[in-house]
Amino acid sequence: MLEAKIRKRLNSFTLDVEFRAAAGVTVLFGASGAGKTMTLDSIAGFVHPDEGRILLDGAILFDAGAKVDLAPQERNCGYVFQNYALFPHMTLRENLLFAVEKLARLERHCRVNEAIEKFKLGEAASRKPGRLSGGERQRASIARALLASPKLLLLDEPSRGLDAPLRADLYEALRQVRRDFSTPILLVTHDLDECFALGGEMLILREGRIVQTGAPASVVAKPATLEVARLLGLYNLLPAEIVTLDPQNDASVLRVLDREIAGRYYPGRLKGDRVWVSIPYSAVRARPLNGKPAANEIAVTLESSGPTSAGVRLEFEGGVIAESAPQEGGREWAPREWAIEFPAAALHVLSK
Amino acid sequence: MPIDWSPLWLSLRVAAISTAISTGLGLWLAWVLARNDFRGREALDAAITLPLVLPPTVLGYYLLVLLGRESALGRVYEWAFGEPLVFTWQAAVVAAIFHSLPLLVKWSRAALESVDHTYERAARSLGASEWRTFWRVSLPLASRSIFAASALAFARALGDFGVTIMIAGNIPGRTQTVSVAIYDAVESGNGAVARTLVIVVSLTAIAILTLANRVSRRAAA
Repeated sequence: MLEAKIRKRLNSFTLDVEFRAAAGVTVLFGASGAGKTMTLDSIAGFVHPDEGRILLDGAILFDAGAKVDLAPQERNCGYVFQNYALFPHMTLRENLLFAVEKLARLERHCRVNEAIEKFKLGEAASRKPGRLSGGERQRASIARALLASPKLLLLDEPSRGLDAPLRADLYEALRQVRRDFSTPILLVTHDLDECFALGGEMLILREGRIVQTGAPASVVAKPATLEVARLLGLYNLLPAEIVTLDPQNDASVLRVLDREIAGRYYPGRLKGDRVWVSIPYSAVRARPLNGKPAANEIAVTLESSGPTSAGVRLEFEGGVIAESAPQEGGREWAPREWAIEFPAAALHVLSK
Repeated sequence: MPIDWSPLWLSLRVAAISTAISTGLGLWLAWVLARNDFRGREALDAAITLPLVLPPTVLGYYLLVLLGRESALGRVYEWAFGEPLVFTWQAAVVAAIFHSLPLLVKWSRAALESVDHTYERAARSLGASEWRTFWRVSLPLASRSIFAASALAFARALGDFGVTIMIAGNIPGRTQTVSVAIYDAVESGNGAVARTLVIVVSLTAIAILTLANRVSRRAAA
């Protein structure tokens, strides 16, 4: 169990986070510059926070108040660096041996051979990092970190620069690590799919602060703030005004895009509140308009459309985006006037 | 007239020994300086750089005071080795060390600091001590640049004149290094000897420079 409370002030940036990470995967998610890597570096002992306390399995790694600041060597934190940091002048096997040099000779080689087998590195073992494939490098880096028997595994964007099949391999390897090792795994990423692939708890960082925590699915279902929703990049985000609220029928009327549409009851909101609503691209219902729009529909102009991996992406005036499965062989959409509908169940009201 | 090659051999020997010593010393100092801030780091850095900006005769004078027969260090040396240090070829080694050490420290420090810190961090996170991190990671990764720095230090040691003549003197066959011999030959109107030694020293310097450039270029690649 990792318990961290870190405060570090730089010229134009302040990192101020507090979280716990139990066994399993905890993902630090956020844009570049949100303080993800600095958080990892503080835990590993490469960055010295101004204030706070870091505990790993009850042992104090850092405590500003008590002036405890263990050296990285004494922290038992395995670190998988962004560029893997395999020593370029050593073979893969020598790299692995480096992590277990304190053990007796026989045990040392046993452990390394085990790791080589487990991470499928047999053929690559005698090569230097410069002559390894991306996947081999990444597995070697994880294997090396684990050989030192860490109490915590830190991974800094391990999938960066890897193509899709290698990513899948990486996730499989990490899921295996999660099964076989009881150590908490703290992983930094700005890839939402990675959060889903590895599951566990998600900590969303923005400008040095944790703005939301939870399982990836629940975070995506209910982003806490406008900023989180922006970061996840899955939703239309529209300014709205609450026109009426009806708690008895779990209903409301919202003014969105200058039209009134039906929503659900939003506890804690008041009539007349100006808010933002989020609606996933995939939840927007859209159809070419012929005649008049129905009661809850909004007539909009289609500005562009194009195929995506998921289907078709339609962009309407006002920046509203709808994604739907390909229809009728993915034809180009000519009609200019469309009707869109925001299903009340998918509408979510956000705090600013 | 036959040329006396003994100054050249002496210079090569002095340069080789002094380079070996100042590479070791320079690496240690560079390691100390390249590590995190400590009290007196700037002062140490300045003290190491000082010989670079002092006139060689001034540096030689200090060394003479510090290591002369009347000084404490001089007496310890004389007691240990049975002869005084000053005006021996060993004094020329000391002179060459002081002549080449400042640059060697600077170059070695640059070489060590140019090693990607992620490798050192990786070593530390794997539990390696600072010392082991240095020997197993930083030094091997900087070794080419440090070798190039040593080669340049060797060339520089070969060329010292001022400090050498102050503390080792100009005793033909005993403490006369090639730079001093050239000066001597010119002074005594021995143009042929001077020309030959000048050409030999120039060619040696060019060869060393070429070697150093090759090695450090491969280090960068």
